[in-house]
Amino acid sequence: MQFGIFSVSDITRNPVTGETPSEAERIDAIVRIAEKTEEVGLDVFAIGEHHNPPFFSSSPTTLLANIAARTERIILSTATTLITTNDPVRIAEEYAMLQHLSKGRMDLMLGRGNTGPVYPWFGKDIRKGLALALENYNLLHRLWREDVVDWEGEFRTPLQGFTSTPRPLDDVPPFVWHGSIRTPEIAEQAAFYGNGFFANHIFWPAEHFRRLIDFYRQRFAHYGHGTVKQAVVGLGGQAYIAKRSQDAYKEFRPYFDEAPVYGHGPTLEEFSSTTPLSVGSPQEVIDKTLGFHDTFGDYQRQMFLMDHAGLPLKTVLNQLDLLGEEVIPVVRRELESRRDPESAPAPTHAGLVTAKYGDKPARQPRPNANRGDNVTGASPYQDSEVEADYPSLF
Amino acid sequence: MNDPTRDTTTPPFRLAVVSGGTGDPSTTRMLADRIAAAVTRLAHDRGEAVTTRTIDLRGMAGEISTAVVSQSIGPRLAEAVAILGEADGVIVSAPVYKAAPSGLFSSFFHVLDNDLLIGKPVVLAATAGTARHALVVDDQMRPLFAYLRTLTAPTSVFASSEDWSDGALGRRIERAAIELLLLMQSGFARRLKDEAWNGYQHEYGSAGGTEFDIDLDSDMMRLAAGGGAGGGARA
Repeated sequence: MQFGIFSVSDITRNPVTGETPSEAERIDAIVRIAEKTEEVGLDVFAIGEHHNPPFFSSSPTTLLANIAARTERIILSTATTLITTNDPVRIAEEYAMLQHLSKGRMDLMLGRGNTGPVYPWFGKDIRKGLALALENYNLLHRLWREDVVDWEGEFRTPLQGFTSTPRPLDDVPPFVWHGSIRTPEIAEQAAFYGNGFFANHIFWPAEHFRRLIDFYRQRFAHYGHGTVKQAVVGLGGQAYIAKRSQDAYKEFRPYFDEAPVYGHGPTLEEFSSTTPLSVGSPQEVIDKTLGFHDTFGDYQRQMFLMDHAGLPLKTVLNQLDLLGEEVIPVVRRELESRRDPESAPAPTHAGLVTAKYGDKPARQPRPNANRGDNVTGASPYQDSEVEADYPSLF
Repeated sequence: MNDPTRDTTTPPFRLAVVSGGTGDPSTTRMLADRIAAAVTRLAHDRGEAVTTRTIDLRGMAGEISTAVVSQSIGPRLAEAVAILGEADGVIVSAPVYKAAPSGLFSSFFHVLDNDLLIGKPVVLAATAGTARHALVVDDQMRPLFAYLRTLTAPTSVFASSEDWSDGALGRRIERAAIELLLLMQSGFARRLKDEAWNGYQHEYGSAGGTEFDIDLDSDMMRLAAGGGAGGGARA
């Protein structure tokens, strides 16, 4: 079981002080938050992707590579990478590079995002959002698994004899989560490929998410990737913790009341009783988090949103101390004791390498010589089995 | 005219009343109650029973505005959705203040799933302080319910202050009530659900949290499973 922090990268006015951090301050803060995530014993740090103010994370792999250089243990991930508007060729290249630099300490979550206007900024049509997500992943999946790809689809120029570089670390593609809140097609795609399914179950009744996750588990088994229990499930959450419950409500309320998305809507009490938001003492947050397991069964990754709505860095770091020291150790112990041995382990690069190679050494692709025209010829790697099929003029 | 599938053991018609009235007593609620009472009496005369549940929007104004701005559905709103989802027929009654059904009334229907009321018989009613608002029912409420694909009764009922002392209002109420009863008796909404439900757009979990069927035989599902313009499935 992995526990982590995910951030949407919002730059929000602190409603208590009235001050809005600069982009520079917030970017420095997120690096500190990621380092702290490792220091307090959590397992994953993930960043969102946005292409407009008031967000800063337009270039997640650059940020995550910097964090990788500053940390030793945590897995770096995304929440989410836009599989709709990014060219899957660029995703393949950038995240493979991140995988090398982080020595495999990364994975990524693919999603459609929640910002409609982003589509035309990248020349895409929002009406094709779902089809873009599905087709782009179909291509991305192959780019990481086949040295040489011939491909033709609806949404980008065809590829002929294309090799995405660098090849994945140890020739083992990064683990992929497909994130969705109510789209069965995304769950189906996750199941078809044997990838993870992440439900950021905010707002909706837990019952709806349980049905969608059950569908994903059944289809995962249907496609022969294992039993329903071996499917890989992640859940979202958010928390605000204080030693005393009433202090947690008092301290968090001004941020909640002004928060983007749900501020000026439900009361903090209503929202925390009907959604995964946990506000209260460490024990209350422990109890609520364990309640997710009661609903969804064994799962592999629990993420928490801790740094949004204008919370200052000092408060966020303090929250991470409380989460890492007083909440997660108890939840981790309790969930391990409940865990069915049949359930899938949490995904790691080491686990994927072992699954692919067993005790044998991993493949390390070495390119063939440059022919002089900056391509390596029909067989890009010395051990490539597939010959590229180039169009010929003669 | 009775639906042959209904017999004496058939459960009573479930009638839902939605009132946007804000006063207590409220003429908007009174108008809806008079229509509901007429439906019940006419049904009784024909050996049918009706159970009525009333949704007073006044008591959930906060939850409705919360749902509009944040998608969060509160417990009273969730119960209202459940009542409407189970209803065989619906009476909706709106106050008119400014040449339109009240914002509270409209907002309530704006946050419902698009497929919650498909095919259900609905009587439209409205009250106002002046007869100059009379066309609001047919000119504005009817398009809203057309969008929701309800089976809207031909007679709508509008009552301005002076109508309450005119016997013609009672006759319009009777007319709307018999229309609603006959539409409920036809079993149209039920049969539509049985025979043509897939022809309408549904989102996962829509129709008030009842629409969980997943069609695996669609273009998007085939694309999800690796299919597409580039060729067959490859795992």
